[in-house]
Amino acid sequence: MPQSSQETPNNSYPGAPVRRLEDYGLLTGSAHFVDDLQLPGTLCAAFVRSPYAHALVNRTNTEEAAKAPGVVAVHTLPDLQPRLTDTRMATGLPSRSLRLDVKPGVLAGDEVVYAGEPVAVVIARSRYAAEDAADLVEVDYEPLDVVADCRSALHTDSSAVHRKLSHNMAAAFEFDYGNTEDAFRDADLAFRESFHLHRGGAHSIECRGAVARHDPATDHLTLWTSTQRPHGIKRVICDLLGRNDDSVRVIAPQVGGGFGPKLVCYPEEVVIALCATILQRPVKWIQDRYEYFLSTTQERDQYWDVEIALDSDATIRGMRGALLHDHGAYTARGLNVPYASGITLPLAYNIPAYHLDVYVALTNKVPVTPVRGAGQPQGVFVMERLLDRAAGKLSIDRAEVRRRNLVRKEQMPCRKSLRLRGDTEVILDSGDYPATQELALKHAGWDSFRERQQSALEQGRYIGIGLANFVEGTGRGPYETVTVRINASGNVAVASGATAMGQSTQTMLAQIVAEQLGGDPSRIGVTCGDTDATPLGFGGFNSRQTVIAGASAHAAARAVKAKAFKLASRLLEAAEHDLEIDGRAVFVKDAPDRRLTFAELARAASGLPGFKLPVADMGPGLEATESVIIDDMVYANGSAVAEVEVDIDTGRVTVLRFLVVHDCGRRLNPVIVDGQVLGGIAHGIGNALFEWMGFDEDAQPVTTTFADYLLVAADNMPEVRLFHLESDSPFNALGVKGVGESGCLPTPAAIVSAIEDALAPFGAKLNQAPLTPAVLWELIRSAPDSAPDTAPPGHWRAPDIDKDAYRQESLDGR
Amino acid sequence: MKPAPFTYHRPGNLEEALDILSQVAHEDGRILAGGQSLVPMMALRLAFPAHLVDINDIPSLQGIEVEQQSLVIRALARHAHFHQPAVSGPLGSMLATVAHSIAHYPIRQRGTFCGSLAHADPASEWCLTAVTLGGSVMAQNRNGSREIPAGTFIQGPMTTALEADEMITAVRLPIPDADSRFGFYEFNRRAGDFALAMCQVMFTPEEDRMTGVRLGIGGAEEVPRRLGEVEEMLTGQRLTEKVILSAAERAASMITPLEDIQTPVEYRRHLVGTSVRRALKAARDSGNER
Amino acid sequence: MSDKIPFTLNVNSREYQVSVEARQTLADVIREECGLTGTRVGCEHGVCGSCTIIVDGAPVRACLMFAVQAEGKEVRTIEGMADGEELHSVQRAFSDNHGLQCGFCTPGFIMLITAALEQNPAPTDEEIREMLSANLCRCTGYQNIFNAVKQYVGESTETTGAHKND
Repeated sequence: MPQSSQETPNNSYPGAPVRRLEDYGLLTGSAHFVDDLQLPGTLCAAFVRSPYAHALVNRTNTEEAAKAPGVVAVHTLPDLQPRLTDTRMATGLPSRSLRLDVKPGVLAGDEVVYAGEPVAVVIARSRYAAEDAADLVEVDYEPLDVVADCRSALHTDSSAVHRKLSHNMAAAFEFDYGNTEDAFRDADLAFRESFHLHRGGAHSIECRGAVARHDPATDHLTLWTSTQRPHGIKRVICDLLGRNDDSVRVIAPQVGGGFGPKLVCYPEEVVIALCATILQRPVKWIQDRYEYFLSTTQERDQYWDVEIALDSDATIRGMRGALLHDHGAYTARGLNVPYASGITLPLAYNIPAYHLDVYVALTNKVPVTPVRGAGQPQGVFVMERLLDRAAGKLSIDRAEVRRRNLVRKEQMPCRKSLRLRGDTEVILDSGDYPATQELALKHAGWDSFRERQQSALEQGRYIGIGLANFVEGTGRGPYETVTVRINASGNVAVASGATAMGQSTQTMLAQIVAEQLGGDPSRIGVTCGDTDATPLGFGGFNSRQTVIAGASAHAAARAVKAKAFKLASRLLEAAEHDLEIDGRAVFVKDAPDRRLTFAELARAASGLPGFKLPVADMGPGLEATESVIIDDMVYANGSAVAEVEVDIDTGRVTVLRFLVVHDCGRRLNPVIVDGQVLGGIAHGIGNALFEWMGFDEDAQPVTTTFADYLLVAADNMPEVRLFHLESDSPFNALGVKGVGESGCLPTPAAIVSAIEDALAPFGAKLNQAPLTPAVLWELIRSAPDSAPDTAPPGHWRAPDIDKDAYRQESLDGR
Repeated sequence: MKPAPFTYHRPGNLEEALDILSQVAHEDGRILAGGQSLVPMMALRLAFPAHLVDINDIPSLQGIEVEQQSLVIRALARHAHFHQPAVSGPLGSMLATVAHSIAHYPIRQRGTFCGSLAHADPASEWCLTAVTLGGSVMAQNRNGSREIPAGTFIQGPMTTALEADEMITAVRLPIPDADSRFGFYEFNRRAGDFALAMCQVMFTPEEDRMTGVRLGIGGAEEVPRRLGEVEEMLTGQRLTEKVILSAAERAASMITPLEDIQTPVEYRRHLVGTSVRRALKAARDSGNER
Repeated sequence: MSDKIPFTLNVNSREYQVSVEARQTLADVIREECGLTGTRVGCEHGVCGSCTIIVDGAPVRACLMFAVQAEGKEVRTIEGMADGEELHSVQRAFSDNHGLQCGFCTPGFIMLITAALEQNPAPTDEEIREMLSANLCRCTGYQNIFNAVKQYVGESTETTGAHKND
């Protein structure tokens, strides 16, 4: 594939913008989210949740609750156990690095390990009645010592998150290439910094929720659930309920945002499915926002202790250090978040030697799994802050330090000495990172900023500018199946294991298919997220679907087009190269009257009883199913520049201007690409300035409403400008890369860099995010008194850890 | 997050409302006006009133009127009724400024001025306003009515002098001199969030010196209050930079700040100083605009 | 205590006879009793704004009103906006500007904007941002919602000739 890197202005692109297939139903309210399903006779569930972060469950009395008005059933784990093949859910990805096997329970048994863990379920005629009765379930808890901080979790005298385990080291692994010893010995400059990064919840505006129905006549179980990964949920349901694959269907209806946590299979999904089979009535559970705060997975604390070695001209020699990651109480997904953090750190730059020890610590908190960006924003943050710091020490412009180290265009495809979690090599496929940065600087007026800053300062205003580069691995394989079919009624139907939660997945697939079959994409019907429509599938995460499902859609549409042409060629007695297709018919280019409609072609292709098919060497039907296998990821990149103003009196930060130059290869739909990046930036601003999921020393969550946990609102958004380069990926036929998460990768790094720049007169050193006004005010206030290299708050020095001292253990005692 | 059951009453006039309230008072009967604070607390099951007496259908509780040098804000006057000045002169402008700081547009369509006083959240803008301006609360039960100065009405966080069988029928705010000036500054994380600190100030300039100074602090302590010492400091002074700074410093030193996990005491104390400075400057500048 | 109260609810100019507990929120009753599920519930404590509807011309949180309180009121929801296949101008402006992604918060935004602009047809940019800050969206970053409002304001001031803040 040719590699092109030309700048394309934001709102002039070839072709008309495709109106989204999704819009009409969403705009009129007629689209159905899970809570909108109103099956006759539906019962509603409420869960009884642990008020303690760690306790023994001595006894549970459900008698009063069972007698309450409207209550149909109250179940605890012992009630459900006889109908389950296991009481624990195998939902995590495998890894040799795991030391502890800590799978979440279907419901808690004799021990609860985070506040909000489900202990019992109440099923009643309404959610109101279910909540009334849930308050009547008496649980005798015996509080145990709590591990509230991942830093103390690894101390040898720490209590255990799980009573049955002897330690809290869920996993330990490392990244290692090159010779860091030599790099640090020979470098002109080496220094060490520690960082504290916190992200918080995903907070899709739709919480989670599930509806299950069992049909006794067919023994068929259907689960509608607000998930990013219906196929993964189905696997767990089949395994735990002892059902074969043909008797379970999982459907993701309209999903009101995912942003990561909805890729996990949760206890509630299993319990609701099981209760529907026990009660022989549809059962609905809609998570409320309080439950979301308590029980939906989050990303929380990471502590980094990292050194960098450079030459005096700012050439990076090497990096080394340690990362401590808060894993929560269970492994709900795997090690992908800290793994992504560690792999992202050196991705955009040429770093000859790298060593990172990663420690993954259990805490008595809700499990950690990916939130939009999945550990990558933290890796970007640490790298970019270190480069800012190096620039300061070397008295070289921050952008120049980066330019000297960025992976260059002529290195592409660039083999990094890193491997993905499935052992595939990391090969940066395309892009011109220095040109991306250059363009960002130009549009931001980087070179003239010092003048603006000076004149602002003369008016008593503290403004600053910051820059951050990122490279994001997108398009996680190995495949996503897509079927394209021209039906006998003449319509085009597409089905995929891809799952939509707002990314315009249907429109994307329709566009790719329409490119081959012609016509208006809005006439194509697309089914996503239904395990009956596509038996194999993975779903939506890791900015993967345009790359992976897109490749299969492209291949399947081409195959259907080839069949249609072959058939039409025979029936119209015309050469294939003389044919054209327009979304409704195939016709002879120079004689459009000689045509066969899609309906005619599909009927001909399906054959008649007793007659030969029209084309002997072509199977029946105008249909193709493709699962293009893609193991390599493709790497999007970009550069962000933030301008901020700091109210030094209150610590309040206002983002004045923000821009991103972005390169995700070929943009299938520029409007949708911009929408994805904008949303990611808003999330990133939240991570930089607002979002903080607080817990007290007893690991009790303290920010459990939207009045305490602050999302970015319309008036916190600066005007954002987006620019694009298009370096087509050579690794897939469409030349595309993913875009769903990229906006949040560079944003906290760029904003914190800008804040530090604004506060240069105070010498404040900012090594953490989020930076709330209270934290920033304290940093401003204390900065003049502190020596330049004193430890900032959130400081962490990696202790000497003997990894071998932490044994393999399991909650099952294996 | 569904409220617990309660019995609903919707009286059509005040007498009926007070009768019902007297009957249900001992069972945690509560008045429902705007419901913008009460209903979320019920949804979170932090409040479980057994009875709600909905006063929204009582015509005599509507409206905002001027009566004998006072602005009478009846129980059903919504925050949004203050978006445009409810009365001419500095008071109307000040109330409009304050109203725009309260929560968000849809909340202001339902939430009421009097309900804010009954709820007595430390971060309530209207509680601060009533206290600073020397307003009073008109409380009524079946046996009669009484007028309670706002400063004594608010007794603690979410605690007032209202008896269980009493309801607020109106709040009365004295109308200040036509040439008085005001300033208001609230610090919060995002627009519409709870105040971390706020200051409201009003005075009448004589020559270019301040008289009749009123300065109140809200959002920072358990209850909003006027700082008499600071008012005295300011009285008779010109509003110079130096005067502003020393008033702010004094105010900050007098405060016993609330503490929460995201807001350390010293930060809140500092924000009080900032709020005083910015409110005084706003008052000064509001004069310059004329 | 959980006695049901029968009454008539007027939604989108249609009367619904309902019988519900006093504690049932207007959002829940519109969704479950009237079957109008386009009003989405996102937080149930009045902050996210997804359930915003119009009651007697004012944009309100349907999770912060009890359904019984809406007796005798004119309630408007997202289902009353489009005229058959023909989208309302606010809906069309959202589609034109890619002002929605997952679409969950969208009905709340559309009802907020519709009512707010009926009250103030020619808002300044600052007033638009302040108004939009009432509702939360996690997908769009608000920029395209803001652009949709600008388009709608432009269209409606053109047709009515109202110009206040140009």
